[in-house]
Amino acid sequence: MYQQVKGLKELPLEEPLSPGHRLCPGCGASVVVRQILLAAPSDVVVVNATGCLEVSTALYGYSAWNRPWIHSAFENAAAVASGVEAGFKALARRGEGQEHPIIVFGGDGGTYDIGIQALSGAMERGHRFLYVCYDNEAYMNTGIQRSGGTPRGAWTTTTQAGSARAGKTEAKKDLMSIVVAHHVPYAATASISHWRDLMNKVRKALSMNGPTFLHVMAPCMRGWRFDGSKTIRMSRLAVQTRLFPLYEVEGGVYRITVPVPSPKPLEEFLKSQGRYSHLFLPQNATELEAVKRDVETNYGRIERMSLFTAQTPGSASA
Amino acid sequence: MSWKELEEAAVVKGGTSAGYIVSGWRVKRPVIDEAKCTNCLICWIYCPEPAIVRREGAKVAIDYDHCKGCGICETECPPKAISMVREP
Amino acid sequence: MTQTQTSTVAALQGDEAVAEAVRQCDVDVVAAYPITPQTIIVEKLAEFVADGRFKGEFIPVESEHSAMSACVGAAATGARVFTATSSQGLAYMHEMLYNASGMRLPIVMAVANRALSAPLVLNADHGDMMGSRDSGWIQVYAENVEEVYDRTIQLFKLSEDPRVMLPSTISFEGFIISHDKERVRLLDEGAIKRFLGRPAPKHRLDPKDPLTFGAIANPDNYFEFRMQQAEAMKNVLKVFREVEDGFEAFSGRRYGAVDSYNTEKADRIVVANGCSAGTMRAAARALNAGGEKVGVLTIRLYRPFPADEVVACLRNAKAVVTMDRSFSLGAPSGPIAEDVKSALKGASLDTPVMSVVYGIGGRDLSVEDGRRIFDMAKDSSSFGATQVLYGVKG
Repeated sequence: MYQQVKGLKELPLEEPLSPGHRLCPGCGASVVVRQILLAAPSDVVVVNATGCLEVSTALYGYSAWNRPWIHSAFENAAAVASGVEAGFKALARRGEGQEHPIIVFGGDGGTYDIGIQALSGAMERGHRFLYVCYDNEAYMNTGIQRSGGTPRGAWTTTTQAGSARAGKTEAKKDLMSIVVAHHVPYAATASISHWRDLMNKVRKALSMNGPTFLHVMAPCMRGWRFDGSKTIRMSRLAVQTRLFPLYEVEGGVYRITVPVPSPKPLEEFLKSQGRYSHLFLPQNATELEAVKRDVETNYGRIERMSLFTAQTPGSASA
Repeated sequence: MSWKELEEAAVVKGGTSAGYIVSGWRVKRPVIDEAKCTNCLICWIYCPEPAIVRREGAKVAIDYDHCKGCGICETECPPKAISMVREP
Repeated sequence: MTQTQTSTVAALQGDEAVAEAVRQCDVDVVAAYPITPQTIIVEKLAEFVADGRFKGEFIPVESEHSAMSACVGAAATGARVFTATSSQGLAYMHEMLYNASGMRLPIVMAVANRALSAPLVLNADHGDMMGSRDSGWIQVYAENVEEVYDRTIQLFKLSEDPRVMLPSTISFEGFIISHDKERVRLLDEGAIKRFLGRPAPKHRLDPKDPLTFGAIANPDNYFEFRMQQAEAMKNVLKVFREVEDGFEAFSGRRYGAVDSYNTEKADRIVVANGCSAGTMRAAARALNAGGEKVGVLTIRLYRPFPADEVVACLRNAKAVVTMDRSFSLGAPSGPIAEDVKSALKGASLDTPVMSVVYGIGGRDLSVEDGRRIFDMAKDSSSFGATQVLYGVKG
């Protein structure tokens, strides 16, 4: 099946990502990539959509990737990965190469919105790869514009807060449900603060013969407006406030992997980021309530799904 | 560089970013108190660069060529063995 | 002429011939999305997959953009890759054409020409291909089914040559060539495989040597990367000839970058591409039999544009008529007209050129139309500065 990660010391000494890349000091995406690649076998091949991660780690003459890596365009990472998978299969059949595990990195931009079609097609066709959406909740690379992954109430440059509006009016798309609807063998959420949970999900996913998915929060100090030293803390707080539940869906069965019986108040998370500061103005009290409701509804739904699907296997999908 | 010297199709050898020094990005630098450090590797698993180096038979060390001074290590270190100190 | 090693003669549609060539070339990965009039290519390949006669991977992608994207991913592993499309599909993958060419991936694509929407039409013109003539793809036009079959095979050899490493397209008119059944002398599969070989690419995705594909450039080097592609395009003119030499050696067949009929003696020469070249040749033969002196220059290799050969063929003409089956809206004349005029001017030739735009949206061109076009060229002083829209109503 797969080897569980017990402690950090058992992880390889060889760094899959070289320093000297141009990601911001304290970038969450970078930690996502490091933790995932440290948990994965050393012969993974990486496909990357255009975005913060890609432009900052692959400059001509300066590549941070100690793994074979390909970037093509913004919306097609899953399609490129489909081709890479097929290419290796064909070469292996001819005896001129072998198959390798494939990990795809796409931001929320390249996954929720412009890249959703390619991801959907690739999942429906059943290609074997692990798709990781590193979610910083906006189009960060082009300057913090809203995406389908931007939560309700968040400030972005295209969902500004003023007298007429209080940040994004629409809810965050439920990406995990979209993925699960494709009957993939495995999909899970993960947080860099909970590295052991994340790494075991990586290994579990890679052991499956089909498309697998990880939705990982990647806190962005630039776009969320907080000090870069608090990145891990921010991700941890997202879990502890139930805003970002850590769960997995295996063969359609939901399971919360890090239960949060007594959540911290959501305000603690929201108040620590500049992108939510307008929610605490008296005139935006309704919007703040809507944001809190979103979190409660989402966590409650996942709790109910895990109870329901545990009792009736095959009920949700698979 | 002439077009003849550039690598065809802009293909780059992996890991070459290590040749780029980012120490100039820092305002503060992390300093590890060896006495307090338990080599738990928490700073290492949370470092975005990585600018924290694991060493066989020794505790972790900071790679000052590649540390951007974000301060995650100071925040997360369980025994509080790391302090962010202003760059000289 | 050397011994032709053929196994069978078949009656095939253009699309069927492409599928058969792809199967015989032992392609590793096909990623394609159906679009009229290319659909028979993907359906035929799916049949081959089901029968176990095509052993490669067939990815039924969910869009043309994903088709080219999957081709890019597969080609980067070092696999031999193919796709096919038309019209809207080619337009949809437009971004990716530059991507494939810039990444120097030897992808081969068949395009069954179809005019672009709006308004929507299913029939052939070259507007779809002309829209991508700057994308850095080698572009070859064919005028009959056997030529399509031959070129599909040749393009793998051409694209995969280390002096080239550029993707290439074989273009042929939709319905007229894609669907009409013609006689094809199929070639021996073993001979094809020996002709193609399996050149190892310079770069590939391989954990043994981790490379980064698709890095970001900057104003200091982007121009130079384009220059590399330009040099590769220049090499195509030479390598194309070598590929045809090798192909002729085992098949007995050769087409050339251009084809010239009576251009040494002609006063008036028509320059054409695609299936209408045959129509113009038929008209020219009839006129020459009646004592006139006309010729036809067929452009087969369009990108890179074989300017030297074109000039050599047109040098002695008193008037040239270029025929474009695409309408470059807002331009003084059609794309081929622009290329021919530039080539002539570059060789300090003052030959009057009349640009004719015809066959738009699949409108038919008859031999009688061909004769009329030659007649129009009799008085070169009447040549206007802008294109003649041949056959437009009103």
